[in-house]
Amino acid sequence: FCTRGSSAPEGAKQGSRACARPATGHRGTAPRGLASWVPVVGLEIHVQISSNSKLFSGSQVQFAAPPNSLVSFFDASLPGTLPVLNRRCVEAAVMTGLALNCSINKKSLFDRKHYFYADLPAGYQITQQRVPIAVNGSLSYSLCIDNKMSQMVTKTVRIKQIQLEQDSGKSLHDDARSQTLVDLNRAGVGLMEVVTEPDMCCGEEAAAAVRELQLILQTLGSSQAIMAEGQLRVDANVSVHHPGEPYGVRTEVKNINSVRFLAKAVDYEIQRQIEELENGGTILNETRSFDSKLGCTIPMRDKEGKQDYRFMPEPNLPPLILYDAKSLPVNMNHQQVVNIDWIRERLPDLPSVKRAKLVELYGILPEHSFTLLNEDGLAEYFENVIKQTQMKPKKVIGWILNDLLSYLKQHALTVKDSPVSSFLLADLLNLLERREISSSAAKQVLEELWKGEGKTPLKIVKEKKLELIQDQKELEQICQSVMAIKVGNQKVLNKLIGLVQRATRGRSNPVLVKQILEKKLSE
Amino acid sequence: MLRSMGFRLVSAALKEGRVTPTELCQRCLSLIKSTSFLNAYVTVAEETALKQAEESEKRYRRGQPLGVLDGIPIAVKDNFNTAGIETTCASNMLKGYISPYNATVVQKLLDQGAVLLGKTNLDEFAMGSGSTDGIFGPVRNPWSYSRQYKEKTPPKSSSENEESDWVITGGSSGGSAAAVSSFTCFVALGSDTGGSTRNPAAHCGVVGLKPTYGLISRHGLIPLVNSMDVPGILTRCVDDAAVVLGSLAGHDPKDATTIQDTFKPFELPNLIDVRKLCIGIPKEYHAPGLSSEILALWSKAADLFKDAGAKVIEVSLPHTRYSIVCYHVLCTAEVASNMARFDGLEYGHRADMNKSTESMYAATRREGFNDVVRGRILSGNYFLLKQNYENYFIKAQKVRRLIANDFVKVFGSGVDILLTPTTLSDAVPYMEFIKEDNRTRSAQDDILTQAANMAGLPAISIPTALSKRGLPVGLQFIGHSFQEKQLLTVAKWFEKQVKFPMIQLEEVKRHDCSVFQHQKSVSFL
Repeated sequence: FCTRGSSAPEGAKQGSRACARPATGHRGTAPRGLASWVPVVGLEIHVQISSNSKLFSGSQVQFAAPPNSLVSFFDASLPGTLPVLNRRCVEAAVMTGLALNCSINKKSLFDRKHYFYADLPAGYQITQQRVPIAVNGSLSYSLCIDNKMSQMVTKTVRIKQIQLEQDSGKSLHDDARSQTLVDLNRAGVGLMEVVTEPDMCCGEEAAAAVRELQLILQTLGSSQAIMAEGQLRVDANVSVHHPGEPYGVRTEVKNINSVRFLAKAVDYEIQRQIEELENGGTILNETRSFDSKLGCTIPMRDKEGKQDYRFMPEPNLPPLILYDAKSLPVNMNHQQVVNIDWIRERLPDLPSVKRAKLVELYGILPEHSFTLLNEDGLAEYFENVIKQTQMKPKKVIGWILNDLLSYLKQHALTVKDSPVSSFLLADLLNLLERREISSSAAKQVLEELWKGEGKTPLKIVKEKKLELIQDQKELEQICQSVMAIKVGNQKVLNKLIGLVQRATRGRSNPVLVKQILEKKLSE
Repeated sequence: MLRSMGFRLVSAALKEGRVTPTELCQRCLSLIKSTSFLNAYVTVAEETALKQAEESEKRYRRGQPLGVLDGIPIAVKDNFNTAGIETTCASNMLKGYISPYNATVVQKLLDQGAVLLGKTNLDEFAMGSGSTDGIFGPVRNPWSYSRQYKEKTPPKSSSENEESDWVITGGSSGGSAAAVSSFTCFVALGSDTGGSTRNPAAHCGVVGLKPTYGLISRHGLIPLVNSMDVPGILTRCVDDAAVVLGSLAGHDPKDATTIQDTFKPFELPNLIDVRKLCIGIPKEYHAPGLSSEILALWSKAADLFKDAGAKVIEVSLPHTRYSIVCYHVLCTAEVASNMARFDGLEYGHRADMNKSTESMYAATRREGFNDVVRGRILSGNYFLLKQNYENYFIKAQKVRRLIANDFVKVFGSGVDILLTPTTLSDAVPYMEFIKEDNRTRSAQDDILTQAANMAGLPAISIPTALSKRGLPVGLQFIGHSFQEKQLLTVAKWFEKQVKFPMIQLEEVKRHDCSVFQHQKSVSFL
C-alpha cells in the first residue's frame, strides 16, 4: 500500500545540518561554480484548518476515522450538490493572514482547478487562484549559526499569499491486486495554502521558517499543524544559480513529512542540482519526491508532463466579502459576516512576542525562550512554576530545561503528560529555596516524583530522610569523625566538606559544615 | 372540466370534497398511460404518487390541507434529484441512478402536499432545444394530435406520412411542457439556462416562467451552466405560476447563490391597470428568421398595450447579437467543468474496462455521454486552456457584462417590461428539426430567450395565439430583477386579453369525456 500524506518511519539518521550556503574564499583557485552557486528555496505549505466541519460541507473532520465514514453528498460530488462556505475556515485564514502580516483581501474569489484523479471526485478542486484571501505578508524566524544556541539570527521570508482550498481524498494503491482504493474522509477538508517567496537559501532556513509557522498556527489554533498527521504538508521549490544571473530552473520536492526531513530534502536537492550542473548537466522543471529512507529525491513518475488545469471561476460561490469596523453594514446579521478588525483585536500573543515577554519578564536568555516555546505547553508550565515559587526565574529555567525537558524527551512524553505537575515542581523548588533540602537532595526527590505515585515532595523528603541537616551538634559530630581521618590540614578543607556531604548523603547544610570545619581545624 | 383550469380551482374542489386527491392522481396516471406516445415522462412514479395522494386525502379529511398545492399532481424534469425515484438526465451516464436526496424545489413542493407523478423527458443533460436528443427518444408535441393542428395541416395522403407530421415540443424541458399541455399534470418543473423552459412552453401552449437568477434554489438541479441555470415553472395559467413561485422562492442555505432577503409570496390582482406601464419593444429581437406570422402577433400585442393606455416604445439592446456566440463559450466551459465529475467512480455508469484508471474514465465517458455532450465538453475544455482563456472565456464574460448592461440601461430609462417573441417560429415537424445538428438548432432557437439568462432577469412566455398551422405561439415578457410580481401581473393582464384556445385532444376527450369541457377557441386576432 502506498498512501499519500501518511508519515513514513523516520528511519534515516539525520545527516549533517550544515548550511549549504555558498562557500566563500578560494577565489581564483577553485573551479568556477563550486564556490559561487546561490541556492534559492521557496515553500508551498498546505495547512489543514482546525475545524469541526469541512470547507464546503457539513461533514465532520477527524483524523484516522474509518474509511469513507465522513463523506457528505457534496464531498462525493453527487450531481446537483453545491458548496456552502464554512465561516470557521474563513476566520482561521483571516487570523493566519493577520498573524503573518498579510493584507487581507476584502473581496476574494474561488476558482476551479481541473484534473482527473481518483481521490478528486468532482474532477476539480475549489481553490483561490485569482484573488486569494490574504497576500503580501512576512514570516520572521530565528536560527542559530553553526548550530550554536547562543548565536541566533533573525531572518524574514516574504509570504506571497494564503489561499483557501479543498483537500483531496486519499488513494490507496493495492499493486498486488492492481486496485486503487479511495477514501474520501479527507476530501473537502479546508486547507490554507501558504505560498512563500523564494527567500531562503538552505534546508535549515526552510526548516526554521516552517517550525515558526507551525508554532504560530498552533498558537492561533487555526491548525493543529502536526506534520505526521498530514495537517501541515510542505512542498519545496529549489533552484540554484550563479550570483548576478537569473534564477535557475527549479524543481519541486514533495513528500516531506517532518521538519527534519525538510532540511535534509532541501539540502540534498541543492547539492544534487549543483553537482548536476557542475557535471555539465541540466535541471528539469520536474516534481521530485523525497525518500526519507534513502535520504534523496527522485523524480515522480505520475507528475510527468505539463498539466493544464483549465482554471475557471467557481460559479456556485459568490465572491467572499470580508468587512472591517468601517465597512461593516449596520443591518447585517453578525453571524453572517466576518469582521477583520474583530479578529485582529482577539489575536493571541504570537510566539515572537511571547519569547520577548519571557526574556523581559524573567530575565532568561533568548535561546531559552525558544526552547520554552518549542515544546507545546512548556512556557505555560514554566510560568506556572514561577507563580508558585520564591525561586528566581533564572534558577527555575535550569530545572525546567535540564531536568524536566530531558526527562520528558527521554520518555517521549509531552508537557501535558508530565507526571510532575508545575505545582509539584514548584513545591520541590520551594524546599530547595528555603534551604530545607540541598540541591542534590532535590534531584533525588525529583527522581521519586517521576514515578507519579502521588507523594508530595515533603513526604518523599521525610521518608528518605533527605532534610538538610541544620543541627549544629549533629554536624559537629560528623565533622569530628571526618577530621579523625584528616587532621590539621587547612588546604584540604574542601575535600573535607565533600566527605561530610558524602557521610550525610548530601543533606548537610554546606555553609554550616564549612564553619564547623574551620572552627574545628583552627582549634 | 377539472383539468382545463388552473389548479387553484381544483384546490377548491379538493377542499369541498368534489374530488379527492386519489381520484385526481389516478385520473392523471391513466391519462399519462393513454398519452404515453408523447414520451413526455421517462419515469412514472405511480406507487409513490398514490401514496402521497393518500396522505393528502387524509389531510383533507381532517380538514387540514397544507395549502393550495396539497393533492395537486405535478411532474418534474428528470434533471432534478428526487430521492428514491430515478434521476437520469436522459443520459446513459445516469441511467438507473437513484439519488439519496431531493432537490430543494422538489422538497418544497412535496412539503406542501403536491403529488409527484413522475419525471419528464429532456435533451441529454438539458443540452438541446428540441427535447429530441435524450436516450429515451424525442418528446412529441401534444398539439401534433390536436383537432386544431389536424384541421389546418391535413395529413399528406398516406398514414405513414401522418406519423412524420408530428412536431417537436422545443426544449430542453419538452417533457414538462408536454405534460402540462396534455393535462397529465397541473404544474411541472423545468430548468432554464438559455430558454429551456420558455421555448417548449411557447411551442406547447403553456405558461413558462424563468424567475430571476438567485430567487429559487438550484440545489439538486443537475447543472448545465451554473451561472445561468434557473428552475423553471410550467403551468396552464399565470396565476398558477405565481402560486408555485411563491412556494419555491427564497433563500436556501444549501445554495450560496440564492438571495438572503426573505421572499414574500404574492397574489396577482384581478383588476389590472396597464396605463402607467412603459412597455419596451427591443428592435434587435426582430431577428433574422423571425416568421412574419410571429412578427405580426408581436406587433398586435404591442398595440394591445397601446390601446389599453400603456406607453409602448422601441428600445435597443445593441449587444444582443453577440449573445449566441458568447453563450456558446460560457456554456461549454461550464459544461466541461460540471461534467468532470462523471468518471464512473462514485456513481453512474462505469465502463467494463480496468486496464488503468485513465482508460476506465475514457471508456466510461465515451459510453455515458452522447455526441452533443461530448462535443460541448471538448470545446469547453478548449476555451479553458491557458492559451485560450483570455481570448475566449474572459472575452465572453466581458460580452456577457455588456449584454446585461444593455438591460440595465433600458430599464434605467423608465421601461418596466420588455415584450418580445419567445421563438422565431411555431414548432417544426421532427423530421425537419433533425435535419440540422443540435448546435445549429440550439443557436437558432435560444436566440430570443438567452439574453435574459445572461443578465439573470425574470422572463415569462405566455401562449398567445395559434399559428396558421394550428400550433401555439408564445410571446415573452422580460422584467426587472426580482420584480416577478410586476412581470406576472402584466403577463396575467395579457393572458386575459388574448384568450388562448384550449388544446383539443382526442385522448383527453375519450379518456375523460364526462368531465372535460372545452373552452371556445377564441383568438385575439
